Amino acid sequence: MFTQTVDLAKTSVRELNQRLHELDAERDEERWRILNPCGAHAIACGLRVPVTVEIEGHAGYYCAGMNQKATVIVHGNVATGVAENMMSGIVHVHGNASQSAGATAHGGLLVVEEDASARCGISMKGIDIVIKGSVGHMSAFMAQTGNLIVCGDAGDALGDSIYEARLFVRGKVKSLGTDCIEKEMRPEHLQLLETLLERAGSDARPEEFRRYGSARKLYHFQIDHASLY
Amino acid sequence: MIRNTSMCGIVGLFLKRSSLEPELGAWFSEMLICMSSRGPDSAGFAVYGDLAPPGKLKVTLQHSGLNFDWSLVAVALERRFRDKPSVDVNSSHARFLVKTDVQAIRDFLRENFPEVRIMSVGRRIEIMKETGLPESVVERFSVRRIVGSHAIGHTRMATESAVTTEGSHPFSTGLDLCLVHNGSLSNHNRLRQRLCRQGVEFHSENDTEVAAGYFARQLANGATLKQALEAGLGDLDGFYTFTVGTEDGFAVLRDPIACKPAVLAETDDYVAMASEYRSLANLPGIESARLWEPEPAVVYHWSRTESREVGASKQDLIRPATAGTWGRNGVDRKRSPSGKMLNPSPNV
Repeated sequence: MFTQTVDLAKTSVRELNQRLHELDAERDEERWRILNPCGAHAIACGLRVPVTVEIEGHAGYYCAGMNQKATVIVHGNVATGVAENMMSGIVHVHGNASQSAGATAHGGLLVVEEDASARCGISMKGIDIVIKGSVGHMSAFMAQTGNLIVCGDAGDALGDSIYEARLFVRGKVKSLGTDCIEKEMRPEHLQLLETLLERAGSDARPEEFRRYGSARKLYHFQIDHASLY
Repeated sequence: MIRNTSMCGIVGLFLKRSSLEPELGAWFSEMLICMSSRGPDSAGFAVYGDLAPPGKLKVTLQHSGLNFDWSLVAVALERRFRDKPSVDVNSSHARFLVKTDVQAIRDFLRENFPEVRIMSVGRRIEIMKETGLPESVVERFSVRRIVGSHAIGHTRMATESAVTTEGSHPFSTGLDLCLVHNGSLSNHNRLRQRLCRQGVEFHSENDTEVAAGYFARQLANGATLKQALEAGLGDLDGFYTFTVGTEDGFAVLRDPIACKPAVLAETDDYVAMASEYRSLANLPGIESARLWEPEPAVVYHWSRTESREVGASKQDLIRPATAGTWGRNGVDRKRSPSGKMLNPSPNV
């Protein structure tokens, strides 16, 4: 059951976030319910304790940004930058996500039940992202570490200028970005997929996916590769 | 230099049922005001209301002096065109119904009232725009009471330039056409030169006005609205979400990189577009609306078939064939082989 219900038609996002920031780190039974988000920005940003926050509706920009330890569940769509720079915890979106979902995030798990648009996982630094639908163009651009799993299709220029993040796509990849190539699926990758798909509540099978990653040609400047930059 | 800016908010509302037209002003006003945080410097809108009587044009004019005597213009117009124009003054703007053609009214105003600005010319369009918070602009023009089939609007945040009426959106792009823009164009100077050589007139240094002139030129050369917008994908360099108002509908286009936001909502009653969902959140029936993010480089266009005989015959009636990258729930992802949208609601 919910321990708190906050109606954003009556309470400001600033006040909500302040109250969430003041929660005691020792208590993890807190379960908050947020009503009438109406696309407001920065809902449940910067949480640092293992509270659960459920948002009943569509959230705006940077929802659950910088999250640590908290579980944020959105029963609706989210706008730009959901779980941006997340460090740990779980963000679960039961709708669609706009661009830059999980951008620059260092850890935690982001699950999107529907689609995520352009630049999903841009510059990701350790987060695990499971998109049950498709992702838009330039996803995993400059992705450094972590895992991006796409159960649907990927748009143009997947993994452009990628570092060491692992990308798994079940459907079609419209095109791969510079220095991103298909790679062999080894047993440890299937194991990883199985674990993450299970955590995300997906019934997709690991063997249906293909793996993509860095060709590592852009790491050091070589004149032969100048045209790739 | 007057430039468009990185921020700005845009909104569009297109009603599918004529019975809802009295609601347009109230619904649209809330959408526009909600985008104040994206653009607090000025606001403007184009509304498509009553059709001008046959042979007459609806001309919306602006004068910076609030006490300007519009009857001077009315008298001069009557003398020049031998027809008594009807005048409807709304704050700094005045709407005239004049028996004339576009070039004649432009020439007449340039010669006789050079300080009067033409906001729009057409059979249905009326453009009004002013500096100030969107809410004050809405109050000033009594937008809540406006009746019409559709409206598009813009809230501007100027970061590099003067905040002026002429730098505000929408920009009229020809008869009953107008454009609002979120983004910035990088090749507008070169393009302006090119268009000037082709005889297109510009009244500001604004990049959006160049895009407006570009689309008007394309249309004048016989392109459909869809073709004009698609040509823009090749010729306009920069960031943009455009919303274009036409006599019987509106269109949305995002650049291929799609940094500038847009969200669309459709119900049986309306199609609504906004930079952010916040602007749509208070529309009636939004809970059950189909919501999606328009795909990059895809032209979305809605129009009313019942008004298509009025000058819109050249335009394709296209519907979004794709749900964009959003919306798998209850969304029709079928695409016709040509990639065009099938008309999902033929009696719209």
